[in-house]
Amino acid sequence: MGKVLMKGNEAIGEAAIRAGCLNYFAYPITPQSEVAEYLSRRLPEVGGVFLQGESEVAVSYMILGAAATGERVFTTSSSPGISLMSEGISYIAGMQIPAVFVNIMRGGPGLGGILPSQADYLQATKGIGHGDCRLLVMAPASVQEAAEMTMRAFPLAEKYLNPVMILGDGLIGQMMEPVEFPDDLKTEPSKKDEWATNGMDTRGSNRRNLIRSLYLDPEVLNQHNLELKAKYDRMQQEEIRYEAYNTDSDYEVLIVSYGTMSRVCRTAVDQLQEQGMAVGMLRPQTVYPFPEEAVGNAAAKKSCLAVASIEMSMGQMLEDVQRSVKGRQPVHWFGKCGGEVPTPEEVIEFVRSLTK
Amino acid sequence: MGKTFAKPEALSDQITHYCPGCTHGVIHRLVAEVIDELDIRGRTVGVAPVGCAVLMYNYFTFDFLESAHGRAPAQATGMKRVRPDLVVFTYQGDGDLASIGMSEIVHAANRGEKITTIFVNNAVYGMTGGQMAPTTMPNQRTTTSPFGRNVDEVGMPIKVSELLASLQTTAYIARQTVILPKHITRAKKAIKKAFQYQIDGRCFSFVEIVSTCPTNWGLTPVEAVKWAEEKMLPYYPLGEIKTPQ
Repeated sequence: MGKVLMKGNEAIGEAAIRAGCLNYFAYPITPQSEVAEYLSRRLPEVGGVFLQGESEVAVSYMILGAAATGERVFTTSSSPGISLMSEGISYIAGMQIPAVFVNIMRGGPGLGGILPSQADYLQATKGIGHGDCRLLVMAPASVQEAAEMTMRAFPLAEKYLNPVMILGDGLIGQMMEPVEFPDDLKTEPSKKDEWATNGMDTRGSNRRNLIRSLYLDPEVLNQHNLELKAKYDRMQQEEIRYEAYNTDSDYEVLIVSYGTMSRVCRTAVDQLQEQGMAVGMLRPQTVYPFPEEAVGNAAAKKSCLAVASIEMSMGQMLEDVQRSVKGRQPVHWFGKCGGEVPTPEEVIEFVRSLTK
Repeated sequence: MGKTFAKPEALSDQITHYCPGCTHGVIHRLVAEVIDELDIRGRTVGVAPVGCAVLMYNYFTFDFLESAHGRAPAQATGMKRVRPDLVVFTYQGDGDLASIGMSEIVHAANRGEKITTIFVNNAVYGMTGGQMAPTTMPNQRTTTSPFGRNVDEVGMPIKVSELLASLQTTAYIARQTVILPKHITRAKKAIKKAFQYQIDGRCFSFVEIVSTCPTNWGLTPVEAVKWAEEKMLPYYPLGEIKTPQ
């Protein structure tokens, strides 16, 4: 199949099917309801399961129940809906079962607005639910990347027996771009009989499986949390992905930006280059684990005088950038968070101000 | 002479963590007997609630999934929708199902999920130490209604079975009890019917069991049976409340 023109939300739905996930539970919320609308028609065609739940809370537990059988399952939502799902996400992480969550972010806090935002960065990367739980979080910057990340999310969730999140902003969901679904990203669910509650007959086993997150013995619970930590540490070793742009030669300023915002920054970098100012950019594709070393090394370049975290939030990724730069350079923040995406001109003006 | 009475295969050998006079043990046994008799142990998955019965999986010998407070029907929905060949049941108390989980149970019932729910109603939160539940009787003293449930302030106890029966979707809904030996056979019959309706793919099935909690009621097991008989059964009448047409 060649390239087709698709809305990001629909591409995410199709990508899940192409990846081998035929189960979807969801609750409508702008700006991602097109995923549910698309899949309500498409999943029956391929013999899949589509169900609209009564709330995001319930949906997160439908995901949990389905995931516990070892079948691939996913849901999509947007910021306020993800807050409601965060309880279930914590249980899924604690139970060590695989599931995929997509957050097409809108402005907050509260009802906020329905336009694009990146204001759930801290929630996704550091505080998704109660307890010591983490998600592997990938942040797409195009419809193509949203599709590919969705396809990769399922085997990754199974590799770590942990929820994986696609963190896109409203523009990623709403815009139309050419997209193709690489055949080599279709995968089979990995071995699940060791843990899935799919009935002993299914496994041909006399040993029952039990899925839980309750450990009343403090020593056992501590051990459980150490096991979880080992998985998160392994993600740090094996899953960090990022893209460096214009960083081969010297640059005066390093921009760190992701998602839709990084595409505006890329235009700004090109225009600044034409105007005679060299600026490099590092775009995290995974925001948890964060490319700490890559950002630190890029900021350590001798020519680099300043680092800028440019994001559609009030400086949430900034904390990760500061942590990575370790005080070697001043780190600045620029962004907007009402639903507007800063323009290339605004980015250029800000970047220029850093070297004055 | 062969064995005439044995422990169901679906039950494991465990020392109980339930209090003296608690009815969970009897209800667990009935569920296990039914699962044995229907020969479904190998394809059954139980969903354990939050509350005293959270550890119920220790007493059974088939697959179990723990739940969050009130969310068992949503979890069972997810399981059953992606694996319709499994037999999936939830086992929930009244704080879990009738308070925090009211939305999940109503919508699972209304969608007609082909799952079974065993609803243990003992008019109180057990595990957290005897707080008032939506099913607590008028004037009943609990740790959060120390002067008795004041219905002017918090309303009347919710009759969950009748509430679910008012939905227009087909369902099997029954209320039984296990407080006296004479009730136990009827309770088992209802549980067996409920599982059979699920196996046949007929409808959502729900069995409420009026139960005792001597510890949190501050009564002896014998007094608790009397209290349930006198105070609860008139308000929570036994029988089949709705059967599939």
